[in-house]
Amino acid sequence: MEIVALMKQVPDTETQIKVNPQGTWIIEDDIKWIMNPYCEFGVEEALRTKEKHGGTVTIVSIGPARAVEAIRTALAMGADKAIHVDDPALVGTTDSLGKARILAKILQSIPFDIIFAGKQAIDDDMAQVGPAVAELLGIPQLTFVNGLEWIDGRTVRVNRQVEGGSQVIECSLPVLITCQKGLNEPRYASLPGIMKAKKKPLETKNLAALGLDPAQVGKEGDTTEILRVELPPPRKPGKIVDGETPEEKAAKLAKLLREEAKVI
Amino acid sequence: MSDWLFQEEHRIFRRQAERWVLSELRPHADQWEKEEEFPLEVFRRAGELGFLGGGFPEEYGGAGGDFRYHAVLAEALTKSGSGGVGAGIGLHDFVALPAIARYGTHEQKERFLRPGIAGTKIGAYAVTEPDAGSDVLGIKTRAVKQGDHWVINGSKMFITNGVRADFYIVACKTAPEMGHKGISQIIVEKGASGFKVSRKLDKLGWRTSDTAELVFEDVRVPLENLLGEEGRGFYQIMEGFQTERLVMAVSSVASAQECVEMTMEYARKRHAFGQPIGTFQVIRHRFADMLTKIEAARQLVYNTIWLYIHGRECRKEVAMCKIFACETAVEVADQCIQIHGGYGYMMEFPVQRIWRDLRIQPIGGGTSEIQREIIGRLLGF
Ligand SMILES: Cc1cc2nc3c(=O)[nH]c(=O)nc-3n(C[C@H](O)[C@H](O)[C@H](O)COP(=O)(O)OP(=O)(O)OC[C@H]3O[C@@H](n4cnc5c(N)ncnc54)[C@H](O)[C@@H]3O)c2cc1C
Repeated sequence: MEIVALMKQVPDTETQIKVNPQGTWIIEDDIKWIMNPYCEFGVEEALRTKEKHGGTVTIVSIGPARAVEAIRTALAMGADKAIHVDDPALVGTTDSLGKARILAKILQSIPFDIIFAGKQAIDDDMAQVGPAVAELLGIPQLTFVNGLEWIDGRTVRVNRQVEGGSQVIECSLPVLITCQKGLNEPRYASLPGIMKAKKKPLETKNLAALGLDPAQVGKEGDTTEILRVELPPPRKPGKIVDGETPEEKAAKLAKLLREEAKVI
Repeated sequence: MSDWLFQEEHRIFRRQAERWVLSELRPHADQWEKEEEFPLEVFRRAGELGFLGGGFPEEYGGAGGDFRYHAVLAEALTKSGSGGVGAGIGLHDFVALPAIARYGTHEQKERFLRPGIAGTKIGAYAVTEPDAGSDVLGIKTRAVKQGDHWVINGSKMFITNGVRADFYIVACKTAPEMGHKGISQIIVEKGASGFKVSRKLDKLGWRTSDTAELVFEDVRVPLENLLGEEGRGFYQIMEGFQTERLVMAVSSVASAQECVEMTMEYARKRHAFGQPIGTFQVIRHRFADMLTKIEAARQLVYNTIWLYIHGRECRKEVAMCKIFACETAVEVADQCIQIHGGYGYMMEFPVQRIWRDLRIQPIGGGTSEIQREIIGRLLGF
C-alpha cells in the first residue's frame, strides 16, 4: 500500500513566542522546532498502516532547511522516504491554499492509497491544508479522526470527534484523513532508527522542479495576508478567596461571581 | 547555542530522550525516592528504545555513534527529578559498558555489552575500597591465578548499582609488587560463590540508586573473565575516568540549569515587601552570576567533548571540566536553596533534592582535589 503522511514543522509548544518589531510575524531565532503533534499522529498511523498492510510510507513536508530535522525524525520513527519542498518564494507565505496546491501537485506525481495529515498545525491553527489537498485531488476526506480501524485492505472505519459525541464513518480508499489527539500514541524514534534515517532517501525540491509558478503558490500568490500578529494580553493574576469555613468561602465566591465577574 | 557540537541526529535523539524522561520517569520520581529505588524496568525500557547504545558499535546492538549520544542522554536524565536514576543508568552505560566496549574480547562483548545495551544485564564498576578511594594504587583486593581460575579476595566500597548489578568490573591487584603495572580488571558475575553484597549504603543523595559495599571471599572466576590486559588495569581505569568525568561534568551543568530555572520560577511567584523576590537587585544579580557561571561551564565542557571525540589530548581539560562544572553545580544548588528561603529547606520542595543529589559531583569519579593534582602534574610541577 502506498501511504503518505503530510507533515509540518512547528515551534515547540514550550517555546516562549515573541513577536517581531514590525508586528507581522514571530521571531524565529532561538525557537526549538518540533514535528507538529497532530502530524505526528498521522505519521504514527501511517506506520501502523504499513505494519498492517505492507507498503511504503512517504513523508511530504514544506518548509525551510530547518524542517529537515522534523522530516528525519519521521524517517527515524520508521517512514521510508521523504519529499521536502523548499523555495525562497515560499518564505513568509501564510496561505493554506498555496501550500495545498504544492502538496496536491506532488501527490499527483506519486502513487498513494491513503494520506494522513494533522487536523491542524499548532502554529497558525488554520486547519485548512488537509481538506484543501483532498479537494484538489478530488478524493474523500475524513477530518478530526480520533479512531481508525481497517475493515479490509481497501476500507477504513473511522471515529470522528463531533460536538457532543462522535461519528463513525466507513470509507474506501483512496482517502485523506486528518488526525486528532486520541488516534494513537506516537512511537519514539529509537537510536538505531535515528542512525538509519540518515541514509533514507530525502529529496528536496523547489517550485520550479515541481513545475509550479511562484506567482501562484508563493508569497506573491497569497490570497490572504497577515496584517498583524499580537500576543494575547497578559493574564490578570487570579484571586484567592479566603474564609474560615467552606460556607463562608462559597458565599464570598458567589458574591464575587455576581458582582465582579458578573457571570451569575 | 550548541549546534556546532551537536548535529541533527543528536537533536532528534535529545527530543526522544527528553520525552521519555519527562513522560515515563519524572512522574514517578517522588514515589521512587520514597521507595529508595527506581525499578529495573527503567533499564529495560531504555534498552528497548535503543537509548543505551549511542556510543557503541552496531555489531553489538549499538547505534555506532560517539560520546555525544552519551552526553545527550546524561543531560536528558537530569530532568528525571531523581539524581539516583541518572546515577544508576550512568554508571552502567557511561562507565561499565564503555570499559567492556574498549577492552573486552568479542566473547565478553557478546556476554555483557550486547545485553547491557539491551538493558537486560546491568553493570557495575568497582574500584573504590573502604581504605582506598583517591589512591587507586592503594587498593588491596587481590586476585591470584589458580589453574584456569582467578581467585579474588577483598572488598569494595561505594559501588553504584552494587546491589542489583548482573556483572561487576572489579579492580584487583594481580601483582602487588609491580605498582602501576600490578592492577587488573576482572569481571565477576552476580551469584559467583563467595561474592556478597555486604550492605546497601544509606546516602545523603542519589537515594534511588543502590550503592553497596561488596565482599569477595575466595571468589573463583575463569581466567577469561580478565578484562583487557593483565597488569594494565590502572591505565584502563584512568582512561575510563575520562568518560566518567566528562559525563559528570555535562550532567552537572544540566542539573544546575534545571535548578536555576526552577528557582527563577519561584522568584517570580514569591513576594516579599510587596514585590516578587526576583526583582530585588541582590537576587536578580545572583541569577545573573549563576547563569554566567553555568554558561561558562557549559562551553568548557562542550569544548572538551569536541576535543575528546576528535581524539585530541585533553586530560587537563577534562580535569578542569570536572572541577569547574561540578563545583559550580554545588554552589548553584546551594544558592538556589537560599533564594527559596525556608521553603528551600523543606523536603516537599524539589530544590533540596537537587542540592543533595549534586553534592556527590565534586567527590565521585575523582575528587576536585585530585583533579587539581592532575592539572598541576600535567603542568610539570
Ligand atoms: C554515591 C557514591 C557512588 C560511588 N560510586 C562508585 C562506583 O560505582 N565505583 C567506584 O569505584 N567508586 C565509587 N564511588 C567512590 C568515589 O569514587 C570515591 O568516594 C572518591 O574517589 C573519593 O575516594 P574516598 O571516598 O576514598 O576519599 P579519600 O580518597 O579518602 O579522600 C578524602 C579527602 O582527601 C582528599 N585527598 C585524597 N588524596 C589527596 C591528595 N593526594 N591531595 C589532596 N587531597 C587529597 C580527597 O580529595 C578528599 O577530600 C562512589 C562514591 C559515592 C559517594
